Amino acid sequence: MSSPLIQISGVTKVYDLGRTQVKALAGVDLQLFENEYVAIMGPSGSGKSTLMNMLGCLDTPTSGDYLFGGEDVARMSDNQLADIRNRRIGFVFQSFNLLPRSTTLRNVELPLVYSGLGRGERIERAKSALERVGLADRMDHRPNELSGGQRQRVAIARALVTEPSIILADEPTGNLDSKTGIEIMALFDELHRQGHTIILVTHEDEIARHASRHIRLRDGLIESDENIPKTEVL
Amino acid sequence: MRVIRQIVVELWESVRIALEQLRAHILRSILTAFGVIIGVWAVILMGVFVRGLNEGIEDSLSMLGSDLFYVEKFPWRDIGDDWMKYRNRPHLEAVYAAELNQIIAETAASNLVVAAPAVMYQTGIQRNNLSIDNVDVFGTTAEYNLLGSNEIEYGRFFTETEALSGQNLLILGSEVADVLFPEGGQYAVGQSLKLSKINFRIIGVFAEQGNFLGAQSWDRNGVMPLTAMRKFFLGNNRRDTTTIRVLKKPDADREVARDEIIGSMRRIRGQLPGDEENFEVNSSDMLEDQLGRVTDIVSIAGLGITSLSLFVGAIGIMNITFVSVRERTQEIGTRRAVGAKRVTILIQFLVEAGVVSLIGGAIGLGLAKLCQVLIEGVLSTQEFSFTASLSPELVLYAVLISVMTGMAAGFVPAWLASRMDPANALRHE
Repeated sequence: MSSPLIQISGVTKVYDLGRTQVKALAGVDLQLFENEYVAIMGPSGSGKSTLMNMLGCLDTPTSGDYLFGGEDVARMSDNQLADIRNRRIGFVFQSFNLLPRSTTLRNVELPLVYSGLGRGERIERAKSALERVGLADRMDHRPNELSGGQRQRVAIARALVTEPSIILADEPTGNLDSKTGIEIMALFDELHRQGHTIILVTHEDEIARHASRHIRLRDGLIESDENIPKTEVL
Repeated sequence: MRVIRQIVVELWESVRIALEQLRAHILRSILTAFGVIIGVWAVILMGVFVRGLNEGIEDSLSMLGSDLFYVEKFPWRDIGDDWMKYRNRPHLEAVYAAELNQIIAETAASNLVVAAPAVMYQTGIQRNNLSIDNVDVFGTTAEYNLLGSNEIEYGRFFTETEALSGQNLLILGSEVADVLFPEGGQYAVGQSLKLSKINFRIIGVFAEQGNFLGAQSWDRNGVMPLTAMRKFFLGNNRRDTTTIRVLKKPDADREVARDEIIGSMRRIRGQLPGDEENFEVNSSDMLEDQLGRVTDIVSIAGLGITSLSLFVGAIGIMNITFVSVRERTQEIGTRRAVGAKRVTILIQFLVEAGVVSLIGGAIGLGLAKLCQVLIEGVLSTQEFSFTASLSPELVLYAVLISVMTGMAAGFVPAWLASRMDPANALRHE
């Protein structure tokens, strides 16, 4: 195997709540490789969200090392982290997090605005991302004119538009009915087949089953990390 | 290059977001901008008013003539408690004018042209059943016409011979002519009228000169030969109303000319070196200084009051920006997650506050323009032509003031928004 895309070693995260200190991560070692399809699982309070924030460069560890594609993320400034998030990470959230007053196209364009791309190139790339999620005909709609599944597709297009190294999806089907959830998961499967690296954060086994590697957390530590032999779903 | 493009792209994005927000909360935005509307309205109207005042003063003072000096007992400035000192100075004599003219004639390369006395006597004038009160009648010599302070519109000025022979001749100020000859000033020439029961023949009418800030008319006056005035109106006790008017050459320096007058007057008065002058050489610039101080006080007081209303506007903007940041915490998190830097968020909310404030400023400017038109209309129907204008500088000030107010007011909430932890902001519902 080639060198890992993400290498985390001895990472801890301590939240200082004034009187008490909460150790959300108690020393995590983890390697993720390109084109992996990983599910991070665990009950609430297990450190799952903290690990996701860490992987997504939304937060930095209290101690330990984090190398992302060889870059030392643990010691980056806020601006450098913003740049890493912009270039290398595509986020998909449970509640979609679309800008309510902007059209589909504008929502997908957004990360490219922060890359400083010109308008013409932004629109072109946003359109092609929307085509990939099958929403080319919904470009001028606003989020409230779309179904939940369509909204999540817009969010996935937004995550894809910068050609990131990883797609980080936090409970991507949590706000969807099961039928729509299955469609969205099929889209992730498809993206994985196209070569994308996908990290799912979920507490549902049903969703985790799509991934080929399951990482379970408990009390801020990795409880288990196993590769699942791929079985075709549905 | 890339950095500049990024800044432009992000700034433009900020403006777009701001406009989207405005459209989404139109009523809220207008209510928020209300304070700024009032503030900018007040500031601009104040500016218009002060400008109008300044222009009015300038216009009014130009009637005094920028090349003319007025030798008098009292200075044209605040004399405070020294009134008695000036009161006790010796009276000015009309004959000084002749003596000054003599000195001017004898002086090689004099800075001065001519001097003439002006002895004032206030009286009423009657013609048939028409009358006008409180007319300033000046007794003078033929040189007065050379001062160029009053232009003759109809008829002519009196000659030296006429003055010396003591004829009862009169030149009317335009306001006096208008009142006594409603049929037209040109018909006044050649007519006779009674001035304190004494017959005078009108030989000329002065052109209209305007007024002093709408109060004191420069046209409610008349001029007659000093010899005629002496015959009828003046006892020896009226000499303190005498002024000697002196015209300097147009290209002569004002202060050099003033010094020449002072020197000549000291000679005439026989003052010794080291004696303090017992007369005053006044000119319009002294009044400008005095009135300039008044307009300064008016503008400073006005600025104080108007900036208070602008401050209230700023509080409104700050409040709404806090609300906006709170409402859009999750959006801030999302933007941060997809790559917005702290400074981007800061700029976004600053621009938003600035845009709301700018729109308020534009409305305030429009209202100020409306008020200015109204004020001009109202004031121009009276004697005083108040030409207050909305200059390009004032428009620029309005824009700058409103944008700066908005940004200053929005800074604290915008800064707090930019410092939010992205992971926490994302969790915010």
